[in-house]
Amino acid sequence: MLKYKYNPIILMVSRVVSPFIMLFALYVIFHGHYSPGGGFQGGTLLAASLLLIRLAAGSEIAQLQFRSVLGTPLGSLGVLIYFGAGFTALLFGGQFLNYGFLPVAGLTAAELRSLGILMVEIGVGLAVMAILVAIYDDLLEGYQDD
Amino acid sequence: MKAVNHLLLIFFGALLIYASLGLPNRGDSEAVMHREKSPAGSPGASSYYIRNAYKDAQTPNMVTVILADYRGYDTLGEETVILTAGLICYLILRRNGTSSRRREETGEEGADAQI
Repeated sequence: MLKYKYNPIILMVSRVVSPFIMLFALYVIFHGHYSPGGGFQGGTLLAASLLLIRLAAGSEIAQLQFRSVLGTPLGSLGVLIYFGAGFTALLFGGQFLNYGFLPVAGLTAAELRSLGILMVEIGVGLAVMAILVAIYDDLLEGYQDD
Repeated sequence: MKAVNHLLLIFFGALLIYASLGLPNRGDSEAVMHREKSPAGSPGASSYYIRNAYKDAQTPNMVTVILADYRGYDTLGEETVILTAGLICYLILRRNGTSSRRREETGEEGADAQI
């Protein structure tokens, strides 16, 4: 049904463009403190760069870049990073998700909050990227044998 | 019956447009949600965020502070929704592991592979 056809032009262009999309995604995630952007947008861009390779090179070869098995565990890990940031603050005497109580020495409460926001954005980006790729792989699963 | 449905849709659309006329203008400083104090006399949330977002979190982007710090529960819920969507896609769309393994062992191209 969905036959993969090798096309050198599309593959070449995708291989050139994909790293730049990935770099821009990292910029969007880590520059979310200063400009529009953040975990959701950056994660979607990361997933777009991975899916571009999946579409251009076929799902089999793209396993070398990002294995299908990794999708759901990495998504869970992203949620765990977010939850862990909140729960660590709870363990060290603050409220849940009150990043001012994170146990990092030498930072004021406001800087700790900035750090906590960064951790949270990384978790969100990781989860969104992994889940979007996993949904694509799940949708493709039924067509593998045809 | 179809005419009744269309009439109901038109009526509902007209009702929504009529209701939207009562909304405050964009950026209207006299609107209730943009005032310094709520009608009950307590300080409004938006002016608090604008004044204290940088002081509280050392982050110039106010939207990020609201999204990830002040409204952290909400974002955690959003992420959980995305994870749930991925897990449900996994459960519904993945082929059953035992049946596919059996097909590989016997090496037969069964009729169910054509589906």
